[in-house]
Amino acid sequence: MSVTGLKKGSANKSTKWKQIKSGRQLYLFILPAFLIIAIFSYGPMYGIIIAFKDYMPSLGVLGSPWVGLKHFQRFFDSYYFWDLIKNTLGISFYSLIIGFPLPIILALALNEIKDGSFKKITQTVTYAPNFISTVVMVGMLIAFLSPSTGVINHFLDFFGFERINFMTDPKWFKTIYVLSGVWQGTGWGSVIYLAALAGVDTQLHEAAVVDGASRLQRIWHINLPTIRPTMVILLIMNVGSIMSIGYEKILLMQNPLNMESSNVISTFVYQQGLLDAQYSYAAAVGLFNSVINAILLIVVNKIASKISDSSLF
Amino acid sequence: MQNRLVKDTLTDRIFMRFNYVFLLMALAIVVYPLIYIVSASISDPQAVNSGGMLLFPKSITWDGYKTILQNNSIWRGYLNTIYYTALGTGINLLVTLPCAYALSRPDFYGHKLFTTFMLITMFVSGGLIPSYLLVKNLGMLNTVWSLVLPSAVSVYNVVITRAFFQTTIPREMEEAARIDGCSDFKLFIKIILPLSTPIIAVMALFYGVGHWNSFFSALIYLSDKTMYPLQMVLREILVLQDMSSNSVNTQMTGDMASMLFSKQQLAQVIKYGVMIVSTLPIIIVYPFLQKYFVKGMLVGSVKG
Repeated sequence: MSVTGLKKGSANKSTKWKQIKSGRQLYLFILPAFLIIAIFSYGPMYGIIIAFKDYMPSLGVLGSPWVGLKHFQRFFDSYYFWDLIKNTLGISFYSLIIGFPLPIILALALNEIKDGSFKKITQTVTYAPNFISTVVMVGMLIAFLSPSTGVINHFLDFFGFERINFMTDPKWFKTIYVLSGVWQGTGWGSVIYLAALAGVDTQLHEAAVVDGASRLQRIWHINLPTIRPTMVILLIMNVGSIMSIGYEKILLMQNPLNMESSNVISTFVYQQGLLDAQYSYAAAVGLFNSVINAILLIVVNKIASKISDSSLF
Repeated sequence: MQNRLVKDTLTDRIFMRFNYVFLLMALAIVVYPLIYIVSASISDPQAVNSGGMLLFPKSITWDGYKTILQNNSIWRGYLNTIYYTALGTGINLLVTLPCAYALSRPDFYGHKLFTTFMLITMFVSGGLIPSYLLVKNLGMLNTVWSLVLPSAVSVYNVVITRAFFQTTIPREMEEAARIDGCSDFKLFIKIILPLSTPIIAVMALFYGVGHWNSFFSALIYLSDKTMYPLQMVLREILVLQDMSSNSVNTQMTGDMASMLFSKQQLAQVIKYGVMIVSTLPIIIVYPFLQKYFVKGMLVGSVKG
């Protein structure tokens, strides 16, 4: 450690060169990753310019004629614009409000348990749904919520309620989406908070116990403040991806009957771009989505760094 | 742990009761659907569909699984997915591990620049349409490459792996090896990798599960049905409810058709069986890798 410290301290041109030369094999190490990212992540960023063109496959990205903001204008003027915004934000905020606090509560609750095997079983079981594929998850929803054969409706029936056709009723779409997400993701989401809680100084707890603090008080005054930086970072990241909610799942859950509440910007991009081959228009809508996302991320990050010390960048 | 010497007060004991009740409820909510699927897949379809089976299997029958195992598209999807997962995960590891290792070395000139280059892609992306057009223009539609190359590196996984190398590999060891004239390549193969089995296991699990469960790239890049991975076949059975001509029912043999229950009823139960069959490999490896991935996540999150 001291050796590298010295090297760094006295870095000048010749040692820099030596460093590059002696580590030349390391450049081969990162070359594959560099190429993949350059092609498949930066390549599409360049491709965004088709949002400002009338892209024609025969002319290519460069050859297609410029049309300025035509596609954006068309999207803003369309009758579905506000519906898409409303659904996108609605589903996102709904899942944020329900889905964000639950992993924290689960982690705090698990952290209080000293019984090793009970804790381990609970963790193993609650993590498991994270590994279920989206297709199977939606398959489960369709099977469980079926009005005639689904187990949920058997329960509703048993307790004397009306059977509900959940999957085709627009009223239920957002709730099903959010609650199934909570079922699948809460356990896994708690891992990171448990890690943060493992870093709580036990002396603080000992001192608090001596001062007569109850468990609840210690959670409130010691555990929560300790994991606050983690909470803030994850909140920023969640808010930052608010416009790009899990569209794979929405796409699978969509049907003509629940469309009015299930169509969000990202599924709309899929339909317009890939099913109807309106590449430029869909790229423009997608770009609009990303820009809003970036703005949200920056704003929330700024607020977070103002009111607490933690921020993403 | 911290208050063994001090007796729990009444409020603490009440709180702990609530805590246990809360966790038991969470446990029940997560575990019930899982048990239900297993039970439903081996129960009499009539009992499942009418609500007679609510937790434990009723009049056990393996007809659902028999039908599933006779289904060609499921078999083909399975084989395709095994191929895509093995190839994809192999490429992922081959790209991620060396890259993360290089970035973990403080004496690697330019590691900050490359890290930034990679991190930017976590927040900015070209989006669906430009990505699709790129893959199309590269002539990769309907090839394996469209499924494995665009997702060959996950920056998030690189960050976790880099943190593992930074925290567990002693720098002195690398320096000693270098002074002894060991090349970086040899150092990586002979010393670093053998010390890194936990992170290799975690990465194999993360990437492997990702490939096993992915359907979206297949949905947009593959039109050739014979290339469909398992998840696309599942989508037809579970989501599109396409139980008609080209799906499960053509595989039914005469004696099955003569069974008491209708095709329709068996079809419902087959869905539960399909969920189990498709998730089985993950269920099998999960317990073995669990201790690793929690550790891997912890390292990643502490340093993240």
